[in-house]
Amino acid sequence: MNQMIRIENLQFEYKQGEEGAVVQAVKNVSLHVERGSFTAIIGRNGSGKSTLAKCMNALLLPCGGAVYVKNWNTADEAHLWDIRQTAGMVFQNPDNQLVSSIVEDDVAFGPENLGIAPDEIRHRVDESLYSVGMYEERLKAPHLLSGGQKQRIAIAGVVAMRPECIIFDEPTAMLDPNGRKEVMEIIEKLHGEGITVILITHFMEEAARADKVIIMDHGAIAMEGSPVEIFSKADEICALNLDVPFAVELASELKKRGIVIPDSIVEEQSLADYLIKNRGNFPEISPLAQKQETGFASSSLSGREILRVEHLTHVYNEGMPYETAALQDVTFSVKEGSFVGIIGHTGSGKSTLVQHLNGLLKPGSGAVFLDGTEITAEGVKMRDVREKIGLVFQYPEYQLFEETVEKDVAFGPLNLGWSEEAVRKSVREALELVGLSYEEIKDRSPFELSGGQKRRVAIAGVLAMKPKVIILDEPTAGLDPKARQDILHMVEKIQRMAGTTILLVSHNMGDIARLADQVLVMDRGTVCLDGSPQEVFVQEDCLHSLGLGMPPAGEFISLLCKKGAEISARPFSAAAAAHEICCWMKRGNKA
Amino acid sequence: MIRDITIGQYYPGDSWIHKLDPRVKILGTLLYIVSLFLVKDFLGFGIALAFLALCIAVSKVPLSFMLKGLKPIFLIILFTFLINMFLTSGKVLVQLGPFSITEEGLYKAVFMAFRLVLLIIGSSLLTLATKPISLTDGMEKLLSPFEKLGLPAHELAMMMTIALRFIPTLLEETDKIMKAQMARGADFESGNLFRRAKSLIPLLVPLFISAFRIAQDLAMAMEARCYRGGAGRTRMTAMRLQGKDAAATVILLLFLAVILVQPHILPAF
Repeated sequence: MNQMIRIENLQFEYKQGEEGAVVQAVKNVSLHVERGSFTAIIGRNGSGKSTLAKCMNALLLPCGGAVYVKNWNTADEAHLWDIRQTAGMVFQNPDNQLVSSIVEDDVAFGPENLGIAPDEIRHRVDESLYSVGMYEERLKAPHLLSGGQKQRIAIAGVVAMRPECIIFDEPTAMLDPNGRKEVMEIIEKLHGEGITVILITHFMEEAARADKVIIMDHGAIAMEGSPVEIFSKADEICALNLDVPFAVELASELKKRGIVIPDSIVEEQSLADYLIKNRGNFPEISPLAQKQETGFASSSLSGREILRVEHLTHVYNEGMPYETAALQDVTFSVKEGSFVGIIGHTGSGKSTLVQHLNGLLKPGSGAVFLDGTEITAEGVKMRDVREKIGLVFQYPEYQLFEETVEKDVAFGPLNLGWSEEAVRKSVREALELVGLSYEEIKDRSPFELSGGQKRRVAIAGVLAMKPKVIILDEPTAGLDPKARQDILHMVEKIQRMAGTTILLVSHNMGDIARLADQVLVMDRGTVCLDGSPQEVFVQEDCLHSLGLGMPPAGEFISLLCKKGAEISARPFSAAAAAHEICCWMKRGNKA
Repeated sequence: MIRDITIGQYYPGDSWIHKLDPRVKILGTLLYIVSLFLVKDFLGFGIALAFLALCIAVSKVPLSFMLKGLKPIFLIILFTFLINMFLTSGKVLVQLGPFSITEEGLYKAVFMAFRLVLLIIGSSLLTLATKPISLTDGMEKLLSPFEKLGLPAHELAMMMTIALRFIPTLLEETDKIMKAQMARGADFESGNLFRRAKSLIPLLVPLFISAFRIAQDLAMAMEARCYRGGAGRTRMTAMRLQGKDAAATVILLLFLAVILVQPHILPAF
């Protein structure tokens, strides 16, 4: 009995909306999960991954076909609790799966439901909290913990039920890079201890760590195999609108330049080792003409100043024993029409900073100047400030509230007191700017749209106010790779077409390096680096000491250097990295 | 700001009061509340205040933390104070247009304010010094005899647990949505009552949708963790009454006795 989960011709369908159009979420899927294996499931949003996962522990029952967990049919009610105890599940949203307001009581919830004796529960709770490294936090309230910590608590809650298999449904989608790393380390540790792992993810680097990768597309399995088998077929993966891991992207760039890379290399460590070992083995290298990487030194950026922050300081809970300085003496300025990337950890003060820029928070001391006027000065109307500077929060689709898309997008302009005609015109323009067809979408309810569309509508709601500056707080969070790219293209288009100044908060160094003219790095309430991407992303030691990184290409070159290569540049793109590697290899040939 | 509200919050600690059985604490709080309504004069309140101060000292919950939680209720206290002061008939002290402050009214207002403050601080001590989970466990245990009469004791306790867990989450969500709509020019503060009520729609609709989404996710997560109601469920910390619970009961009864006896022995002002 080496099979943990066996799925035979699974079908799952549900009715959507009131009209009752039947959606086939999963179509005729068969698969086997071996005991002790690590399977990754990837695919676009809406490809049926989550539905498949929920069928694996009887949260959903098949409409056709069958699912077996250790030979128990999930349709057999007699074994329902055995199935759920054997195949535990961790969900995406760290907040919405914790039941209790005390960490250890939450971990005890599962074992309590199983009717286990109190002493044994105590023992298991302590053990699982140790195994996810959260024992010290056992008496805290979950809402005071970071996203990564909450997710580890959720994992501990499942581990305490002693499952043989854990299904992770996008456990890292809502976390920052640190949280993601914490959670991935725990998942790999549990797998090492013999637990069968099924991981649903949008991050290809995570999937590359599995034994087996399954790609879902439109409810069916599109590809299935080892990470090497899957990721070596880069073209097919791109055709499915998915990413490939950076190592694969770089390898294909290197191949173009005459360096032979075996298909079996899909991961950065082994690619670096291979390159070090084979330096000098490729006489036919052509580095290709290298295109100048875009961007200028920030000082050379022309244009007038639109936003200036001077000595901004903000303290939360002033005078209380737990007062925290969220911002300390922050000073910077932004040129009109530029693209500014803001990076830093959760809790580094990014959110506090952006909320000062449109007057949602008042500075403790210091000032914000927008278009020449101090926004907190007397006589300045908040409405005028918000007309000039738009702020798109994280997960903006959660603010939609109107009956129709048109009404929702019109909310901002109407608040500004514009004429009906001007409002209609700007709503149309905003919707078209975010890539939606006004005529098709204006009368639909925002709630029946897909996740990506909802987000576009929400962004249009801010754009419709025609701000000169627009701040986007992680606009790509939780989206699949294709939707991520689409949103970023859209942001670029807004900057180019409307001449809007963009401030983008992001955890993705690659995106920032590619798009931004100016990068602000925040740490513990201060701006510790401010400059062009070329100036900022060469500060390797500083970025690493903050626990941040460079773009993947720079990180890879840095890894290569640690293994003995001598390359001084820290490029941003795979093509540029390939160029540097070729030059370095050529130098090796001459020697 | 919105997260500063401390009502219903737990202050982690290890004191004698923290360690008491939740059932004793719940019944004790009820008894304390009843005694506040038995008090006839300010000396009685003095005794109750001394008793409460003792409890707070033993619980080691900082007074500043407790008082901060009182802030949001300050308006209610002020309101009852004013109502009592102006709407009690008797000997007129000050005449302010159509309103008059009477001696009886002033006395009653101060008296009621005292009662309200003592009541709120006393009951907030219960939640501050009792883990929410043990509080709901205690409720469940205390109510379980009524299960035979059809009272869903376990379900009620579970609902309370979840409510306590998600209050901070929903407050955070409210704060976020409010700010997001303000960034789109929404105005929650000005205009007449009708306009203000209408301006809440952009806040309330997304909030309700969020609440439903959370409920859906949570229900799914609870099912995945084998939740199937109260039957057959065990608890990590089994409740057992101990020596200190007996001691606490004696102290509480003593307090009640003092409150009952005081008006007869020491009938003060």
